[in-house]
Amino acid sequence: MPTFVYMTRCDGCGYCVDICPSDIMHIDKVTRRAYNIEPNMCWECYSCVKACPMDAIDVRGYAEFAPLGHSVRVRRDEEKGVIAWRIKFRNGEKDMELLAPITTKPWGKHIPQLADVPAPSQAMRDSQLLFNEPKYIRLDEGDLHTLASNGLVMKEGVYY
Amino acid sequence: MIDSNPFAELAAFISPTAMQAYVVLMVVLVAVGTILDMLHKKSGQYFFENARRAKRNATRTLSSGEKGALALKTLGKEVLTSGEFNNPKRRISHLLTMYGFIIFVVTTAILIFAYPTPDDPAPTVVPLLWHLGAAMLAFGGYWFWFSIRVDVASEGVKWYQLNGRGDLFIVGLLGMATFALLWSFTRDVDTLGTLFFVLFVAFSTLLFGSVYWSKFAHMFFKPAAAFQKRVIKADGSRENMPAVYDPSDPDVQARFPDVPAYMGPNPPNMGLGIKREAPSHF
Repeated sequence: MPTFVYMTRCDGCGYCVDICPSDIMHIDKVTRRAYNIEPNMCWECYSCVKACPMDAIDVRGYAEFAPLGHSVRVRRDEEKGVIAWRIKFRNGEKDMELLAPITTKPWGKHIPQLADVPAPSQAMRDSQLLFNEPKYIRLDEGDLHTLASNGLVMKEGVYY
Repeated sequence: MIDSNPFAELAAFISPTAMQAYVVLMVVLVAVGTILDMLHKKSGQYFFENARRAKRNATRTLSSGEKGALALKTLGKEVLTSGEFNNPKRRISHLLTMYGFIIFVVTTAILIFAYPTPDDPAPTVVPLLWHLGAAMLAFGGYWFWFSIRVDVASEGVKWYQLNGRGDLFIVGLLGMATFALLWSFTRDVDTLGTLFFVLFVAFSTLLFGSVYWSKFAHMFFKPAAAFQKRVIKADGSRENMPAVYDPSDPDVQARFPDVPAYMGPNPPNMGLGIKREAPSHF
């Protein structure tokens, strides 16, 4: 279900452009509103949906998946740490709401504050590893962090 | 220089009546442009249809007092303080431009209509405000043009690239404010002063004459849309949006048992989320 933008809600802040991993959220230069330039290339990660502070981005179902058509609206509340989805079919038969935690830990507690992280060294730049590979996420010394080494068990919906 | 009325000196070459007629013409152009814009985009029709749909889906009827309170909140947040902008730089730039424009336009009208000739000097504060308004407008506008607009997260346009219709409004504003200041400062230099005055009038005409194609009309539509957005939240029509749930509410926890399983019975304050760190694009 690729994303699209409600023009009347978008204020062109650019958070979706900033967060989109496939760089397909762009700002229209005439209307100064965000839009998905290539829905077919959308990874459907919904990062933009969750990031949008104006609740302006929603998702569109594929016709074969939802032949009746439906609207999916999303509202996230960072203070409460929840994201709510409302799915409404066009014939009104299915109208459901879902609620999920955005994360199980307050922001910054178990997620590194990137602004405080030292700039990557030359060795890191030359490495084939990405900045967010476990080796670099680990801010202390030691071996690679794994869920087991941290005494964690994989749990659905939890952001480690 | 900045405490004298530039239009009074201009009265030696251009009659005050002509100046007043020009201002009236600009007001007419704005009104006509906005109406044409509404007819073309059918924004009025969309707005009222949306409002009707919202009324159908409303779970409660708002009293006129509640509507008045929402209007006041809209005035306080979206209109007067541009509180809907999440990016503080963009918000400050917008506020400078907005208040600069209002101060500049109002003082221009006062100077031209109330103190059109040197015989009737304007109180010092009015020309001072006129210059301040133009300076605020120019500062906010150039900030947008050279810093915010070039940011890849917002538009990523090089400062020397014009995007036609998208930039008509800001170019008109910037040209008007810049050449108004330059004209005021070079009034004593014949050729240069005349050149800047002609450019000032040209950019003002562009700004007020291009309402149909530019973003000028947003100042009329924005408050209406912001008010409607508050109404749909208050009357329960919600525009298909999910409810604002409180995960610590036992009823919510009973309905969505996943939430207490993940977050416990008293979910902690999760902080600023995406706003925790300002994006850095350079």
